[in-house]
Amino acid sequence: MKFDMINIYASLPEIIVIVSACALLIIDLFLKKEQKRLVAYLSLAVVIIAAGETWRIAGNPLLVFDKMFIVDNYAIFFKMLFYLATFLAILLSINYIKIEEIEHSEYYILMLFALSGMMLMASGADLLTIYLGLELMALPIYMLVGFMKKDIKSNEASMKYIVLGALSSGILLYGISLIYGLTGTTQLSELAAVLKKQTDIDSAVILSTIFLVAGFGFKVAAVPFHMWAPDAYEGAPTSITAFMSVGSKAAAFAVFLRVLLDALSPVSLNWIALISAISVVTMILGSVVALVQTNIKRMLAYSSIGHAGYALLGFVAGGSDGIASVMLYMLIYAFMNMGIFGAIIIMRKGGIVGDNIEDYTGLAKVHRGIALLMLIFLFSLAGIPPTAGFVGKFYIFMALIHKGFIALAVIAALTAAISAYFYIRIIMLMYMKEPLHKFDLAQTPATRIALAIAAAGTIIIGILPAWFIELVQKAVFS
Amino acid sequence: MVVEDKFYNLIFAIFILQFREHDMEKLFFLTFAAIAVISALAVVSVRNPVHSAIALIVCLFQVAAVFILLRSPFLAAVQVFIYVGAVMVLFLFVIMMLDIKRAVITSFLPSGRFWIIALLLLLIGEIVFTLADSKLVDIQMAQASLDGTVMEIGKAMFSTYLLPFEIVSVILLVALMAAIVMGRKEIK
Repeated sequence: MKFDMINIYASLPEIIVIVSACALLIIDLFLKKEQKRLVAYLSLAVVIIAAGETWRIAGNPLLVFDKMFIVDNYAIFFKMLFYLATFLAILLSINYIKIEEIEHSEYYILMLFALSGMMLMASGADLLTIYLGLELMALPIYMLVGFMKKDIKSNEASMKYIVLGALSSGILLYGISLIYGLTGTTQLSELAAVLKKQTDIDSAVILSTIFLVAGFGFKVAAVPFHMWAPDAYEGAPTSITAFMSVGSKAAAFAVFLRVLLDALSPVSLNWIALISAISVVTMILGSVVALVQTNIKRMLAYSSIGHAGYALLGFVAGGSDGIASVMLYMLIYAFMNMGIFGAIIIMRKGGIVGDNIEDYTGLAKVHRGIALLMLIFLFSLAGIPPTAGFVGKFYIFMALIHKGFIALAVIAALTAAISAYFYIRIIMLMYMKEPLHKFDLAQTPATRIALAIAAAGTIIIGILPAWFIELVQKAVFS
Repeated sequence: MVVEDKFYNLIFAIFILQFREHDMEKLFFLTFAAIAVISALAVVSVRNPVHSAIALIVCLFQVAAVFILLRSPFLAAVQVFIYVGAVMVLFLFVIMMLDIKRAVITSFLPSGRFWIIALLLLLIGEIVFTLADSKLVDIQMAQASLDGTVMEIGKAMFSTYLLPFEIVSVILLVALMAAIVMGRKEIK
């Protein structure tokens, strides 16, 4: 392969993020203790510049680096989603990590590295690049989950996540090696072409599909590979919980979609039943176990597991509608989940940790604005119109019904009804009860901006879904 | 049944040494793989960390042997130099420096081991039966030439596999950085 400048051009956003993360690592050495916040602002700037560059190269799909790296609308859509998640997570972190006394520049630099891993995953057109992107995303997040070194829960969360993450990587690699042995390629579209030619499906293809589903299922926290999620979400700094629950989940879904619905689409009959079963148990477990949680981060972890179940339904529906519905769901999920975690983050100041659901009792009496925002995000998570959450669920259910999976749609609607209970319970506590203690919120301009963006996204997609549906339909890979 | 035939062939190849063309190679691979898996199990189940480290050395040697079977002596040599040589010496060094107390030296397998082993056997059974049915068992390896492997690896790394190569370097940087952040003392 002759090296061509188009390779650089296509991967410029990734290069920008990685090189600036390295540069920030050096700049940090020259900053005094009270200037460290500068790294946060520079990281925000890096995210914006990379987003601008990604926007600039949008247009014709590019397949570069010996067909290992693809820049199509699908990749660009997901990259924009990652920029959004990182941007909001950094805004929410600035004050929070100071309160938690973990204010180190490496925090933001690791976030940027994780972002670059997510971007490589979204652009991966080869199982090799996808796997390496996944590791590049996971390593900084393992570290960030355990960033509160003096907090035993944070240590435990990080340890569990690393051990289970390594196991799932092994399973994923085993699946990849089997499929490479059978087809002689790891390039996704070549893989699809080889599999399409085979008249009878080799049993090892089924085995490797199961391993791939297990490996990616771990990253999206689908049952039965969800065990790490509640502990990791609870123990991690809340801003990192927000970042990983949105960013790394969306990245995992991006590659999951590409691998199953592009490379493995010729053998789709083999995995549709598997994915349906996983999505049903994921939805049921996510909503039922969340009912009994008293810690709000744990509750949201189970709710996030449930949401992964709904998104998996889009895989079952398949086709461009199925893909578009998952993409839209991820976008909506990013806004509403960032919003609700943002609200939890500003509860953390001094005495109150803001982790228990009881801490929110009577919030509406004192802080109307924040309570109203939480109401919007919780309604959206529950899928109540006119919020965005409703649009996301509706679109997935419609795609399912069009393909004739009525039973699945009914189960999904029922679990959505169950899950509405625990979201609305928080709203009840906020609005119907008298405050138990004084509220002291850690609001700064940065958190206000982040919450405003999240709320605007949640409401606008809810009211004007047509424009966003058109956007995701344009971005579907063929 | 075709499935059973293939499965028995596999078993014969392992136990009864029914040599045919390339079966010798298969036999060697299965031997190395079996020792690698057994020593890997020993790494996590023996009580003494020094024994764990030695079991890991055995495991890594088997991987090097598999590289030889794959006709890449360079990778095998690198495996022995770097993993068995440098990394393992560091491991042993750290274990000795830390002077791990008797109390810490416990078996890692948790109490519910019956279920773990049952599930594991189920999974292994599933893998063996599916693979016995697959044509993967019969696939013969392409004959690679042994000339200039280092040059071939270098060329591939900097042309076809340039992107993965670069990503791996970033991953190593991140791992290094994360380890330093994790290990350093908090400066007030």
